[in-house]
Amino acid sequence: MSKTITIDGKTIPFEEGQTIMDAASAAGVYIPHLCHHPDYSPHGSCKLCNVSVNGRICSSCTFPAMDGQTVLSDTHELNEDRRRITQMLFVEGNHLCPGCEKSGNCQLQAVGYHLNMLDNHFPHFYASREMDASHPDVLIDHNRCIFCTLCVRASQQADGKDVFAISGRGINKHLIVNSQSGLLKDTDFEATDNAAHICPTGAILAKRQGFRVPIGRRTYDHKEIDQVSLAESGYRPNTTLIAETEQSQYDE
Amino acid sequence: MYEHLETAKRTENLKRIVVDPVSRVEGHGKVTLMLDENNMVQQARLHIVEFRGFERFIQGRPYWELPVLVQRLCGICPVSHHLAAAKAIDQLVGVDPVNLPVTADKLRRLLHFGQVLQSHALHFFHLSSPDLLFGFESDINKRHIVAVLAEYPDIGVQGVMMRKYGQEVIQTICGKRVHGTGAIPGGMNKSLSTVERDNLLQNIDQIIDWSISSVELIKKVHCSNLPYYDDFATIRSNYLGLIKPDGALELYHGGIRAKNDKGETIIDHVDYCRYNSYIHEEVRSWTYMKFPYLLSLGQQNGWYRVGPLARVNNCDFINTPMAEAARLEFKAHSGEAMVHSTLAFHWARLIETLHCAESIKALLNDPDILGQDLLTQGEKRYEGIGVIEAPRGTLFHHYQIDENDIVTKANLIVSTTSNNMAMNESVRQVAAEYLSGRELTEPLLNNLEVAIRAYDPCLSCATHAVGKMPLQLELIDAEGNLIDKLIKHGNGQVERNCVS
Repeated sequence: MSKTITIDGKTIPFEEGQTIMDAASAAGVYIPHLCHHPDYSPHGSCKLCNVSVNGRICSSCTFPAMDGQTVLSDTHELNEDRRRITQMLFVEGNHLCPGCEKSGNCQLQAVGYHLNMLDNHFPHFYASREMDASHPDVLIDHNRCIFCTLCVRASQQADGKDVFAISGRGINKHLIVNSQSGLLKDTDFEATDNAAHICPTGAILAKRQGFRVPIGRRTYDHKEIDQVSLAESGYRPNTTLIAETEQSQYDE
Repeated sequence: MYEHLETAKRTENLKRIVVDPVSRVEGHGKVTLMLDENNMVQQARLHIVEFRGFERFIQGRPYWELPVLVQRLCGICPVSHHLAAAKAIDQLVGVDPVNLPVTADKLRRLLHFGQVLQSHALHFFHLSSPDLLFGFESDINKRHIVAVLAEYPDIGVQGVMMRKYGQEVIQTICGKRVHGTGAIPGGMNKSLSTVERDNLLQNIDQIIDWSISSVELIKKVHCSNLPYYDDFATIRSNYLGLIKPDGALELYHGGIRAKNDKGETIIDHVDYCRYNSYIHEEVRSWTYMKFPYLLSLGQQNGWYRVGPLARVNNCDFINTPMAEAARLEFKAHSGEAMVHSTLAFHWARLIETLHCAESIKALLNDPDILGQDLLTQGEKRYEGIGVIEAPRGTLFHHYQIDENDIVTKANLIVSTTSNNMAMNESVRQVAAEYLSGRELTEPLLNNLEVAIRAYDPCLSCATHAVGKMPLQLELIDAEGNLIDKLIKHGNGQVERNCVS
């Protein structure tokens, strides 16, 4: 008999070695997250995927699934915490969706919508952060970095390079580039690197591509992040018909 | 003409009357009057009291963000800013207007006709029709669109529906009614589908009909009280705007033409990339809005008007038949080469509205509009200039970038800025001719607002004089003697004038 956990009362099977996040995604249960990506080792830093496991709060992306766990995720309290965390991310950097080319394709924005975040709640920091436009093909806008380390991991684990790192602690935490000058142009970074396409916000962007995808055809224009995220994790629900109908409206 | 009223000779013992805010205009401004003991106006100014500073904070951003960033200047004519910026950044990727793919060019024109149509309809019906239908000094409780809808439901509904149609054109091309995306460097991001085209075609004949009846309406209003309409807030001025190579009215792309008050040409078919050699801007201490002027005529006489009146005055003809017929009638009524009546802005605006509606129909029936070739690219350049005829007049966007694609310098001359001097002159004219010597009441003060409203100013777009505001600091002792004076000039230079 296979091992199972329950998430919000739903019984979910898992395989040995899977995290709660892995098991949930495979079963079509979305747990909000920003620093997690199924292709890379978990980091457990954004704390958006915090769930209650037998009454203890843990990061579901790092916590192993174990037989008989009672997991709570979609609760008022946990979603409230997630919304507060997301609001803090928004006020710490400069996430100005109206002028941002990532708008509509941005996970931070989509998570905000998913969590019904209607304002920033906290006072804005108005951080003053530099931009690194030195690389011919890729732009780093530090204003939009949420320190998820996905670019760090993608560069190391998928590209076999070591272009990015996180430096500083606490409120002084920031993304750095591993080159003598500190500039992206002085690394072996290329626009085709996985790390160039992994950023969940608009901090790392291919140059001169902004706004090419029209409104209506962007990732989150007609799908919420839970659908998109589960599809990316390999989950295939029996609702392809709906997706196709949706698509055909915009193909015309 | 009324420039002596810009600054009173002595301000002691003058009564100050403030109209704050000026209502039914876009943005925030106020009018101040200084009256002597006989209620004679000694000083009248239109002040722009908000500060936006876009020119400054787009510095440091990558150039492809510009059309989307700068359209946030305005919620009324965002498309005009979007397209002016797009024309400028086309040049940054080495694309001149003539090299833009035909479909992209036509889609942008269609988009802009939608923009001008909705903005003009909004201005005439929502903002100005209460004055024009109920009277300038009518009951304040009636001077709004809701009262128009109640008393003249047909006219009110027409206005709402015409604006809605313009917004639908914009939404179809840009994905949103306000602040969408569409123009990108070297073209457009989406083609028009047959379904979308047919949807827009469905209602266009109705829009044209309504545009015709609005021209008839304003003609009736204007001519029923001709001497008053021709005189109120009227000033003789120069006029500036873009023009097609054949001299036809143009809203999207052309050379610069300027004419003087007698209709004589000052400049013609000037490449707008050289605007700097023809137009300069002056900063004054009491407003955030600059004062542009034609260099050849100097600061004193070089100010000019832009917008519908300027365009209809300047053009040799309009290339759509019904608007052209309306233009001929418009020009004939004054018997002069140029129409100077400030209230004729409304008439000219509705002639343009008709032109937009006719042009939208023509473009929707043009097979090119459904094309798929939307994007092109050339050699990178470091400077780009885009100029367009926004609803309120000629709009200049000028950018410089560095080798990393980052904006290093930006200059925006917004339509309303060009009308700054003219609006102040009109305010002074009304103050001197209609208010001076009378006991001022709210309905009387509305006359000042009517004068400003005729220009359809967008005050929020026009305020970018960051760090260039000349300031004067005076230290005065208890006896009223000037002890010390510090002057900061418009160029940033600080001068200390010890008085002793």
